[in-house]
Amino acid sequence: MAKITLSQLRHSYLPNPASPDDYALKQIDHTWQDGGAYALLGPSGCGKSTLLNIISGLLEPSEGQILFDDQDVTHLPPDKRNIAQVFQFPVIYDTMSVYDNLAFPLRNRGRAEDVVRQRVTEIAEMLDVTAMLETRASHLSPDNKQKISMGRGLVRNDVNVVMFDEPLTVIDPHLKWKLRSKLKELHHRVKATMIYVTHDQTEALTFADQVVVMDLGVIVQIGTPVELFERPAHTFVGHFIGSPGMNVLPAELDNGGARFAGVPIPLEGPITGSGQRIEIGIRPEFVSLGSGGVTGRVRKVSDLGRHNVVEAMVGDTRISAIVDGPVPEQGAEVGLTFRQDQTRLYADGWLATEARP
Amino acid sequence: MQKRHLIPLVYILFLLLPIYWLVAMSFKTTNEILSGFSLFPQTFTWENYATIFTDPTWYWGYINSIIYVSLNTVISVAVALPAAYAFSRYRFLGDKHLFFWLLTNRMAPAAVFALPFFQLYQAVGLFDTHLAVALAHCLFNIPLAVWILEGFMGGVPKELDETAYVDGYSFPRFFVTIFLPTIKAGVGVTAFFCFMFSWVELLLAKTLTAVAAKPIAATMTKTASSAGYELGLLAAAGTLTIIPGAIVIYFVRNYIAKGFALGRV
Amino acid sequence: MKTQNNRAWLFVLPVLLLVAFNALIPIMTVVNYSVQETFGNNQFFWQGLDWFQQLLRSDRFHAALGRQFLFTGMILAIEVPLGIIIALSMPKKGIWVPVCLVLMALPMLIPWNVVGAMWNIFTLPDIGLLGYFMNHTLGISYDMTQNPIAAWMTVITMDVWHWTSLVVLLCYAGLVSIPDAYYQAARIDGASAWKVFRYIQLPKMKTVLTIAVLLRFMDSFNIYTEPFVLTGGGPGNSTTLLSIDLVKIALGQFDLGPAAAMSLIYFAITLLVSWLFYTLMTRDDNR
Repeated sequence: MAKITLSQLRHSYLPNPASPDDYALKQIDHTWQDGGAYALLGPSGCGKSTLLNIISGLLEPSEGQILFDDQDVTHLPPDKRNIAQVFQFPVIYDTMSVYDNLAFPLRNRGRAEDVVRQRVTEIAEMLDVTAMLETRASHLSPDNKQKISMGRGLVRNDVNVVMFDEPLTVIDPHLKWKLRSKLKELHHRVKATMIYVTHDQTEALTFADQVVVMDLGVIVQIGTPVELFERPAHTFVGHFIGSPGMNVLPAELDNGGARFAGVPIPLEGPITGSGQRIEIGIRPEFVSLGSGGVTGRVRKVSDLGRHNVVEAMVGDTRISAIVDGPVPEQGAEVGLTFRQDQTRLYADGWLATEARP
Repeated sequence: MQKRHLIPLVYILFLLLPIYWLVAMSFKTTNEILSGFSLFPQTFTWENYATIFTDPTWYWGYINSIIYVSLNTVISVAVALPAAYAFSRYRFLGDKHLFFWLLTNRMAPAAVFALPFFQLYQAVGLFDTHLAVALAHCLFNIPLAVWILEGFMGGVPKELDETAYVDGYSFPRFFVTIFLPTIKAGVGVTAFFCFMFSWVELLLAKTLTAVAAKPIAATMTKTASSAGYELGLLAAAGTLTIIPGAIVIYFVRNYIAKGFALGRV
Repeated sequence: MKTQNNRAWLFVLPVLLLVAFNALIPIMTVVNYSVQETFGNNQFFWQGLDWFQQLLRSDRFHAALGRQFLFTGMILAIEVPLGIIIALSMPKKGIWVPVCLVLMALPMLIPWNVVGAMWNIFTLPDIGLLGYFMNHTLGISYDMTQNPIAAWMTVITMDVWHWTSLVVLLCYAGLVSIPDAYYQAARIDGASAWKVFRYIQLPKMKTVLTIAVLLRFMDSFNIYTEPFVLTGGGPGNSTTLLSIDLVKIALGQFDLGPAAAMSLIYFAITLLVSWLFYTLMTRDDNR
């Protein structure tokens, strides 16, 4: 078990990267604390799988270092790093029994057969696969196969980190939650650092203590699920997390305040940054309808059961609001007001206001 | 380049050496060939090719071969398509036995069939026609075509058919406008294999023809024995028989890897 | 799941008619000949199973059958491992892959008698590239019209040249279908190159390898044209394989009865061995 430090990590798949756009990972500095449950969240192509493969040693980064505790492992091959990785599609050795599958990583490292038996029995118990130990692995269902590939990672008692690369993609929906809670349980029992890569926010938010959000090769925010929701550090995070995502409204600065559609909007606190592109971010949960504020026209009302989502147009900008109780008619004119302590300013995408204490 | 890539490289060189020798020989004069060893043609000549392109017994050999091979490819693919569809989509009385029996015909030694084929096609009046050879080659090409196509069709989900019927497509319209385009890579690979096996076969083709439909390969064996030792001419004719295959394989080059997996992997 | 539908027979009918025309009638003819004796004037006499008994006791048949099994055994022993090794060392992607595949497939697209003729020209002692190289550069006496061992080696080399690519292409197709994750997982699990081959590559190649072995068995067991053109079965009878002997008897001596009996036994052996191969290689799947 170890703390993992990524230091000035950059990676490009091109032989001679020139511009920043040539890099799949632009610049990563981050420390994964020992024993933490992390989720690495981001859309397809944001670089999260690249980052994962660099940590596991399947890829060597173009620049930068990886430290496990304080040992530099940047150039070590995967089997020397004591890591485990679970892939999107279950990887099992078809011709072996479940027992031999679980024993494989230990036998490859020359462990004595009685140690192997003890560990395999222990892990099989933990994963509820004891009854299947003698079955041929190719005969298992996808969720059991995925359990076995997890088990091959956990069977070594010296693993520094277990990484999951979208492990629930091929699992039936009704088994997903079962496997996910199994994972949670395993984390508590094994206490290894776990990194869970996904593009699904529910998976990320339910699994992790800390969520790392990536976009376009950079880490945009690290925080607890609550922090990400309440104070997105970047418009991308606001947009990506939450359903519907945060409203991002084009704004202009005016005398230390901000205006949207000509109307001055009170912000959560003083403005701390500036940039070319100024935007106001407000979650639909904190937009209320009534009179006053910004005037918009209702375009669409969707009934989501517990509440309604009202979409209103202000000029060309669309604003969503989550409304409990009665909703206006389509086409009606409404006034939109924003809860002040949840209204933030973003400059060039990054958060540029400070909350009032 | 990695070291292990040397293995395929050496292998390809080994494959190309005899072909090079054939091609080099075809540009040599008979004198040069018989007078001794030379790595490259010393007096480069097109004469051997000129002979082939001006002598009807030679160039008709090519035309005959191409006619029956094309005919066979069309027949094989056309009848194999519905059969492969049936095997991939339905269970029916005796389906497994039928499939296995079809495949056993691929195992039959051509030599076993030479004589009975001769008598059979003479009896039905098809002897020495292109159709005779095309039909005879169906013996081993149809089972192969059914097998390959069934593999490709098995990879197409059944929901595709069902959706089309729900949308009101008739079976023939579905088959031609939706299903065929979906498996067109499979059809291409199948046609390639049929072409290949019909093009390279000689024993049956020679047995079933005399003059009118005589294949190029048979013309060559005759030259080798009767007209003395015209190695240059033989080499030129041989070189020309490689060209159709090379052209066909160029068209399916991107499907080769998948095609050889017969759609089943 | 497939649906039960006996009307599917209609779809199969054209195939059935064509293949039956080509297979059943000739087989009936062969069976008919195999139990009769003829003196060439279209008169036939009932002969019973005499031809079969004679053939099974004949030294000539035993010798040809022995040569055939030796040939096929050597072919499989060389081509299958060689094909696997070449497939394993091929690049997985890049512009060179189609080039390699096309060049490798080339020998299979050459008419079989041209293959024989090409190797004949290639191995001529004084004017062939290989013949000249062996005799004059290496100084090894090499003439396959004189020396049975040289003839055998040439026939084997020719078949390796002609057909190893089939094994390569089939195995390669199996290999490229293995997702990268398998190799990555194996690296993390600390598997050696041998274990990767044994537990990942070989199992994934099994289907295509079964096809390759079956096709190579059938085609090498039935081979006729290439060795016939190359050696004519000689020197002496040293390279007279089953098919060559059969055609000699049937078309050369016009001994229809013995030829027919030989055809049936020949076909039966091919079927039996193919079936055995298939059953052995797919045994695990049904367990």
